Amino acid sequence: MSHANVAVESHAAGVMEERPFAIPSSKLVMWLFIISDAVTFGAILFAYGYVRNASADWPTPFEAPSIWNALLMTFILVTSSLTVLLSLRAAQTDDRRGAFNWMLVTAAGGTLFAILHLREWMSLIREGVRLFQNPWGAPLFGATFFSITGLHMAHVLAGVIALVVVALSYRAGRHTAKHIEIVSLYWHFVDVVWMFVVPLLYLMNMKH
Amino acid sequence: MNPAEKSRGMSTTYAVYVVIMTMAVFQVLFAFEAGPSLPLMLMLAVLQASLAVMYFMHLGQERPSLVLALIPYTIFIFFMMNMIWSDSVRLLHMRPH
Repeated sequence: MSHANVAVESHAAGVMEERPFAIPSSKLVMWLFIISDAVTFGAILFAYGYVRNASADWPTPFEAPSIWNALLMTFILVTSSLTVLLSLRAAQTDDRRGAFNWMLVTAAGGTLFAILHLREWMSLIREGVRLFQNPWGAPLFGATFFSITGLHMAHVLAGVIALVVVALSYRAGRHTAKHIEIVSLYWHFVDVVWMFVVPLLYLMNMKH
Repeated sequence: MNPAEKSRGMSTTYAVYVVIMTMAVFQVLFAFEAGPSLPLMLMLAVLQASLAVMYFMHLGQERPSLVLALIPYTIFIFFMMNMIWSDSVRLLHMRPH
């Protein structure tokens, strides 16, 4: 066997190497992104805890309507996690129409979530909450609340755009069930982050 | 995927969905009745998130090596972040009251 043949075979062996963790590379990349993003959210939630713990007059402004609104938003987001799974299941059984429709239902859920969240923001802004001042106490309340929920809402809006783009591409035949699975991973992650935002930002700052 | 597998897979998903929503409602009702308790709220949030990661994101169905590569690292980072608490308490005591 010549040196050239050996080189070609060893190159082919490298190309044919088993995929890491037996999942597509795109899925692994999404998992790595999710982990790094989880650490980002963890860091800002810890920073919020730091500021809250260090403040003697941290405000607790959320009354029952805000808490019920947060629970409704949780219901919408968790339900949209269910609908994106229904989309994935439909795609895995080659039900293109069903997968497309469930993706759009999921995107609609995300849009409704963002609208409810903006309503909550507007209500706080009308009460005088700004990034560095509020009528109740520690001025950094607004900065932490708007930063954390704003970063989460940016993720929701990015997810809605990704869902619509992948749904349209899937219907056109350019994307497959694998792509729906990857965008659904991201959507579930947005849901997981909200599970920490509600108790730490809303329930811990509840008026009682 | 045959219809039986499809039905079994989704029934687990529906059950997890109901459990996660029940925990969310319990969190809110408990906070209304007894006031928010940070350890309980965090414990419920971690349980909800774990269920979502294992069943919605199907991490439980992946190779154990993937779980080992992702989860312990993340938990380690979150534990390391706890070093800030002593400083935040120090800051609180330095405030003029």
